[in-house]
Amino acid sequence: MEQTIRKAPLQCRVNGQQVEMLVKPWQTLLEVLRDELRLTGTKEGCSNGNCGACTVIIDGQAVDSCLTLGLEADGHEVTTIEGLANGAELHPVQQAFMENGALQCGFCTPGFIMSTKAFLDKHPKPTETELRTGIAGNLCRCTGYDKIIKAIMSITEK
Amino acid sequence: MRPFAFVSPRTLDEAVQAMAGAGGNARALAGGSDLVDQMRVGRRTPNLVVDIKNIPDMQRLEYIPGEGLYIGAGVSCTRTGEYAPVAEHYPSIKEVCGLIGSTQIQNRASIAGNVCNSAPSGDTIPPLLTYDAKCIVVGPNGRREVPIGEFFAGPGQNVMAADELLLELVVPPPPANSSGRYLRFIPREEMDIAVAGAASMIAVDPASKRCTRARIALASVAPTPVRALDAEAALEGQVLTADVVKAASDLTPNATSPISDVRGSVEYRKELCKVLTQRTLEHCLADLGM
Repeated sequence: MEQTIRKAPLQCRVNGQQVEMLVKPWQTLLEVLRDELRLTGTKEGCSNGNCGACTVIIDGQAVDSCLTLGLEADGHEVTTIEGLANGAELHPVQQAFMENGALQCGFCTPGFIMSTKAFLDKHPKPTETELRTGIAGNLCRCTGYDKIIKAIMSITEK
Repeated sequence: MRPFAFVSPRTLDEAVQAMAGAGGNARALAGGSDLVDQMRVGRRTPNLVVDIKNIPDMQRLEYIPGEGLYIGAGVSCTRTGEYAPVAEHYPSIKEVCGLIGSTQIQNRASIAGNVCNSAPSGDTIPPLLTYDAKCIVVGPNGRREVPIGEFFAGPGQNVMAADELLLELVVPPPPANSSGRYLRFIPREEMDIAVAGAASMIAVDPASKRCTRARIALASVAPTPVRALDAEAALEGQVLTADVVKAASDLTPNATSPISDVRGSVEYRKELCKVLTQRTLEHCLADLGM
């Protein structure tokens, strides 16, 4: 029973919207989001799971979309940075990053915000150490992290 | 990435058939944190990728008193680490589930995937060695059981045939009055590959205070993860004084054949084995109130 190389159907929800499309099995979820769905808020950094710039949320869990095949999202709920704001109203994590200046070049920011959202949903009152460990899968080459940590801790103190 | 066919079977039988039909060039996909990267850089070029995460048998995570812990091949490290019986009975397994990669990796990667990747540095492997885990392997000729200590054949190599799948790991119940710990050394605080790692598991008879079982396993210091048998023998039957613990830890390099590379030299790795082993043993003794 040899398998044929061909596009396969992907059915999932992306930012609350039902998606049904054909994708190449060798397309990563990152490629499906960016190249097919034109959701370019999710960034490609290292492409090997070190930097977390491509972090999206699948069924409530942060994952590196560069290490996930698009077809693995079949039947699941995917949230990207584009799905966080409620209309013109930013998500509290987005608001906190903005108010605290927790970014410089901004390339890592979507990944950080998605990681942070998933982390805080699970641990609403973390210690700083727990927070630093929880988001250790996201790298930032500009800020030195202090403002990112300050921004996130400001949410937990509210 | 080089094109490949993809299937996501819903039963174990379908998965076995898919693997058998791929002419030896299929690869099972669990969390993908190793495989997807390996395919991206061309280190692995399967014709067929078989996603095993939708197979209920491979999502089993269950502790049965008297039988042990069943960890299906598709169960994520996050789920494994959060399962209360893992923390209660196998503390070092819980520890590695929160140690390997990042949160994002732990949410996808499975212990079985780490085992199948068979890196000498695989963090989940030393604890499995100390608890005498068994690998349940399935293929066209049925099912076989491979002790974890006989599973690895070299860096990135194991005894599974190309058309076989790892169904689950079975970890026997730990001995009474025991504890297990794992420590690794990495230059960073998180997200790195171990320069060396050490897992210890000891059981102590509460009346005589003598060690009734000792297991020590090391990562990143040989072509495969290894047991430190000399060190284990120096602990079993003894009252675990600080001197006995130190002397046994100093025997761990006997089991190793490390390489010098960018992460550390041969001498450094051997020294790390001693220090890490001693600390894990001290932590185990502290867990046991000794």
